[in-house]
Amino acid sequence: MMTTATEVRSQAKAEVQNLNFHYGAFHALKGINMPVHEKKVTALIGPSGCGKSTLLRCFNRMHDLYPGNRYEGKILLHPDNTNLLDDDVDPIEVRMRISMVFQKPNPFPKSIYENVAYGLRVRGEKRRSVIDERVEQALRGAALWDEVKHRLNELGANLSGGQQQRLCIARALATDPEIILFDEPTSALDPIATASIEELVTELKDKVTILIVTHNMQQAARVSDYTAYMYMGELVEFGLTDQIFIKPQKKETEDYITGRFG
Amino acid sequence: MNQKDIQAIRAIITRHKRWDMLFGLLGLLALMVGVLTLTVLFADMAIKGAARIDYDFLTSFPSRRAGSAGILSAWVGTILVMLVTAMSAVPLGVAAGVYLEEYAPKNWVTDLIEINVTNLAGVPSIVYGLLALGLFVYKFGFGQSILSAGLTLGLLILPVVIVATRESIRAIPQMVREGAYACGATTWQTVRDHIVPYSSAGILTGVIIGMARAIGETAPIITIGALTFIAFLPPAPYTEVFPYISFEWLMAPFTVMPIQMFNWTSRPEAAFQVNAAAAGFILVLMTLAMNGMAIWLRYRLRRNIKW
Repeated sequence: MMTTATEVRSQAKAEVQNLNFHYGAFHALKGINMPVHEKKVTALIGPSGCGKSTLLRCFNRMHDLYPGNRYEGKILLHPDNTNLLDDDVDPIEVRMRISMVFQKPNPFPKSIYENVAYGLRVRGEKRRSVIDERVEQALRGAALWDEVKHRLNELGANLSGGQQQRLCIARALATDPEIILFDEPTSALDPIATASIEELVTELKDKVTILIVTHNMQQAARVSDYTAYMYMGELVEFGLTDQIFIKPQKKETEDYITGRFG
Repeated sequence: MNQKDIQAIRAIITRHKRWDMLFGLLGLLALMVGVLTLTVLFADMAIKGAARIDYDFLTSFPSRRAGSAGILSAWVGTILVMLVTAMSAVPLGVAAGVYLEEYAPKNWVTDLIEINVTNLAGVPSIVYGLLALGLFVYKFGFGQSILSAGLTLGLLILPVVIVATRESIRAIPQMVREGAYACGATTWQTVRDHIVPYSSAGILTGVIIGMARAIGETAPIITIGALTFIAFLPPAPYTEVFPYISFEWLMAPFTVMPIQMFNWTSRPEAAFQVNAAAAGFILVLMTLAMNGMAIWLRYRLRRNIKW
């Protein structure tokens, strides 16, 4: 019996169970239930203000940085079944397991090397050789190594927008996270940089579970395996991306996807 | 559009441009009031004092004879007092500013503290002098020493440092902060690795502005009882024997540049007025040197900060 349970769960890296989220008096997420499948890309789509970013930011407890926010329900992280939203679970522990890439590239005003190494430094890693190796690995993983290997000591801000975003992806990768959260990672980038980030996301899913918020439906269709459509703080439909885009079960989803709404 | 309309439009433009020019002139005039006043003051002091400014003036103690009086004890005193001021105000002010921005919950208590800090910056300096006389000089028994004076001026510029710290911290984009937290950093790690380094240029500017105010302060220093006639230097900060470093100078009596100037200007002999002008010139140079250093440091620190 234990085996079956593990087998079933091994498919889901995380599970959102009856999640409600309040910004002060505003009920931003209403009874969300959905799985996040391991080593797959799950896209959150929906019109502005539907709560997709809010949901994403529950996964690394970003809301804890601001007063007046309240979670109810669970986000279970497998295989250890830790409830990420539990008051007893330190948000820092959560952020050490789940890393994040933001809407606008936000490299620190430090060198390329230090940007990638920061997560390791926070964890107290002091051995230069280990940091060197992990920085190279992460930059290779983010398809940036060849472009920056000779100028690791230059400022991250001197890179182009797309390179900066890949630097932020390298920063997120360096600590071997279990899930990477992407919050509209290409909304500030030009089409060519966007294409390179999308390609990267597709490559990364062999190594890590990915949850991505996007306002661009074509992007969701291109990169994701699963898609969740949200509207007004509710999860309207969740399923395989192909199914959601070709044969949505609900009228609202179809209206949004076909562009009749949103 | 016919010729008449075009003429009308041109007339309107000419009229409006006259106002443009008028304001431009007024603005320039207003600017000149400031610039000229400063230049004339500075030049006047330089010309009047020029006769007295030489190596001996800088290396002599005050004297009853104007011709052989110097400002050695005054400028040494000013530098030492400024040192204590910076050493006390910078850590306290930066820590308080960082706490208010990064740690303090945003509620009415924090608001109240904020209002208090802002108001503190407007308290007349003599009030700080009275406070220091009671607290540092008598209660803590520091006496009329460099330590008392430095701490007094430190208190005086504390609000300036706190406000400058908070403002430069607020200039850091929230997404940089979120980036650090998303890496798993604690608040302290975020402050140490990001907040303080990225705001240091702004903090430094605030510190220098505060110091430039403090260096010319006379009232609070007189209130705590600084002497106007000091013909010796404080003990050296090093000793021949272990532990080689000495803090005796902190408790030494002292005088500072503005007090020396004040003392000389209140003398009837014209020769002392010349001394006062010369000392004033040196004091302004000291302030300019401090500001220059600040600009240079700010440039160095900002070079690597890009959002």
